[in-house]
Amino acid sequence: MDNKTLEQLKEKANIIRKDIINMLAEAKSGHPGGSLSAVEILTYLYFKEMNVDPTNPQWPDRDRFVLSKGHGAPVLYAVLAEKGYFSKEELMKLRKTGAMLQGHPDMKGTPGVEMSTGSLGQGLSASNGMALAGKLDNKNYRVYVLVGDGEMQEGQIWEAAMTAAHYKLDNLTAFVDNNGLQIDGTNEDVKNVEPIEDKWKAFGWHVITIDGHDFQQIENAVKEAKETKGKPTAIIAKTVKGKGVSFMENQVDWHGVAPNEEQKEKALKELEVRI
Amino acid sequence: MANIATREAYGAALAELGEKYQDVVVLDADLSKSTKTSEFKKKFPNRFFNIGISEQDLMGTAAGLATCGKIPFASTFAMFATGRAFEQIRNSIAYPNLNVKIAASHAGITLGEDGASHQAIEDIALMRAVPNMTIVNPADALSTKKAVEAAILHKGPMYIRLGRLGVPEVYKEDMDFRIGKGILLEEGKDVTIIACGFMVHIALEASSMLKEEGISAEVIDMHTIKPLDEEIIINSARKTHAVVTAEEHNIIGGLGGAVAEVLCENYPVPMVRVGIKDVFGQSGKPLELVELYGISAKDVAAAAKKAIAKK
Repeated sequence: MDNKTLEQLKEKANIIRKDIINMLAEAKSGHPGGSLSAVEILTYLYFKEMNVDPTNPQWPDRDRFVLSKGHGAPVLYAVLAEKGYFSKEELMKLRKTGAMLQGHPDMKGTPGVEMSTGSLGQGLSASNGMALAGKLDNKNYRVYVLVGDGEMQEGQIWEAAMTAAHYKLDNLTAFVDNNGLQIDGTNEDVKNVEPIEDKWKAFGWHVITIDGHDFQQIENAVKEAKETKGKPTAIIAKTVKGKGVSFMENQVDWHGVAPNEEQKEKALKELEVRI
Repeated sequence: MANIATREAYGAALAELGEKYQDVVVLDADLSKSTKTSEFKKKFPNRFFNIGISEQDLMGTAAGLATCGKIPFASTFAMFATGRAFEQIRNSIAYPNLNVKIAASHAGITLGEDGASHQAIEDIALMRAVPNMTIVNPADALSTKKAVEAAILHKGPMYIRLGRLGVPEVYKEDMDFRIGKGILLEEGKDVTIIACGFMVHIALEASSMLKEEGISAEVIDMHTIKPLDEEIIINSARKTHAVVTAEEHNIIGGLGGAVAEVLCENYPVPMVRVGIKDVFGQSGKPLELVELYGISAKDVAAAAKKAIAKK
């Protein structure tokens, strides 16, 4: 990745982070921690990788992204708005009665949202369906899905992991947002999800572990996933929950609490400097 | 003509219609020999996906296929479809209003020997409470075939309830199957019997028994439980002033509940619900269970007389 591209992606990521803080502060509820941890992954996919057309969200040949960890909706909305799927004004109506942007992604109401998610564990199965349809129709589109690390405690994830490997869905790439935290504490304390790599490998996936905030590593991993034939790829992205806002980083309490006005200003000030 | 189970008619219909409707894909959860989706698999192996023993994943995969324009039929037993995967049906299929057909076999106690763990008696109630869901419970082979084609042409989620046990023909010639339109099978003036699925031929048998006693029963095949044909219910109640519902399902939340809601709000008349009386089933021969749980033709006829007596 050349320096210019890298700088552009970092700039985008910074805009997305500010949008997340602003929209959550305005909504007075929502999930900052797991939105901020996934910023680089979504920024890379939408601004560098995926073949999509915001003016034609239903274009049949488009690449697809499914946010299986649906509570990360703010990062998806911020990216979709930045990409031009809808106006940024919508971001400030997040979670309000009558608004387009629901607390969790709603594919019927929001252009660019590929699957309604929010109840954990369900997005990978839907992604499999999209990948199977692509194979059936001989289409070249790829399917990306973001799974939370806590979400791996859902049994359906492993049902779907088995299905993807069984059907050799090499047009499917799953990112695991491995920020190590969930609502009640660390994954380790609540219910240990390790060894994550071994689990996906045992289910027949190609596995790559990266720093989920490093664009170059994300790019390399996606490239490797595309070159991997006959099996799906899981990219275990080591991330920091709340990344970019010092007082939110690695703080379990910032899973599902919105910043107040003072905290918002403090966060935005920190984000004046690009990370 | 030998009795044909609606699940068999379903498998045959899929295999036949798969040629005409290329977007139809079929998913099963390791029960394709029982749900009869194996018939489709034989003809269209690349459009058949065995998802293994994982019903939640079955529903989610079907949802994903539907987002790409496919018309997925997801099949397993009614118990596991609506029970195990309820929330996947609710959140991954019905909430986004995806074009998935959940065709579930072995519903009700006539599943027989496998017993209560496999006998779905609450599936209609579960599916009725989910917005965007259409519910169809065909009575025989021909109406099942028609229901499958109607499901293909219908846009949106649908639950198709199918049975394991062979049932006599209700429709011998061509019939007009329209989603949401009940079918008046016999006209009568003393009592209305509204039945669905397996209970339709039982209702006709009950009507014959009643006829011998000089009672004239109107029999309606309510193959669509949601959206419910309110007009045919109200019109018939206006005529007979007594209604019996007959279903192979808990009397709570199913056809009886649905009909009661319509009558109470529009044209209250004496009513008796025939169904499983809020108890779990057990192992046994299907027709013995029908007797034991009080959903035989004799029971429907007795209910009719009870409803008439309440006028």
